[in-house]
Amino acid sequence: MGLSREEFRAALVSRHGEACQAKFDVARVAVCGLGGLGSNIAIALARAGVGHLHLIDFDMVEPSNLNRQQYTLAQIGQPKAQALADTLATINPWCDVKSEGVRLTPDNLATILADDPIVCEAFDRAEAKAMLVAGVLGALPRAIVVAASGMASFRSANAIVTRRVSKRLYLCGDGVSDVGDGDGLLGARVAVCAAHQATMVLRLVAGFDEP
Amino acid sequence: MVTINGEEQAAAGQTVAAHLAQAGYNTARVVVELNGDILPKEQYGQTRLQDGDRVEIVCFMGGG
Repeated sequence: MGLSREEFRAALVSRHGEACQAKFDVARVAVCGLGGLGSNIAIALARAGVGHLHLIDFDMVEPSNLNRQQYTLAQIGQPKAQALADTLATINPWCDVKSEGVRLTPDNLATILADDPIVCEAFDRAEAKAMLVAGVLGALPRAIVVAASGMASFRSANAIVTRRVSKRLYLCGDGVSDVGDGDGLLGARVAVCAAHQATMVLRLVAGFDEP
Repeated sequence: MVTINGEEQAAAGQTVAAHLAQAGYNTARVVVELNGDILPKEQYGQTRLQDGDRVEIVCFMGGG
């Protein structure tokens, strides 16, 4: 059954209210890294009717991604940026998605993210997370970063929180679980952290700046 | 005294690099904000903490 853009938006307004939806319509958010965090964040934001999403990941879909990342068996081997854009088009075809299969570096991030007022850090490697967060906060003086640290292991989902580190940096996670400790990486727990990030993004767009 | 991650510490006079090393941080995984501004890694060695400074050190865990 087809749904018109107006009908789709009316359904969103019934859940978010007109004033809030009007803010979501024009929001612009970058999602850096499209793994367990980023694929879940992007889908949550597209479902909320965020108007513009900028997706960035240089990787391909692999079998080991499937426990936590929003890809299908048929998408194995495809670039994540394209595969996720295809999925988003089936969820919300009116979301303006710019999808790039590039690797963000200290040299290119300010150019690539120049138009994105909110940046989600959704990488997996700790060193890459630190590089991106420092790079964006340093080079883009108005950008707000919603980052993640600590979502591996089988610890309680209740340990995952959102905190505001400083004026332009929010951090989601338990702060201690490292995938390198070998305690596992549970899709459901990663999704909790992604939902914290997506919720914080939507709160910021709606005008709430506290976690 | 220097406020580091909300805790008062006697770190005045120490460089950021020395403090991170002493506290056992892996600098490749760390982001440091000094008085609300991001401190570039290249400046850790020459930046000395002063009385009244507020420092936020975020050490990232892997996984995503």
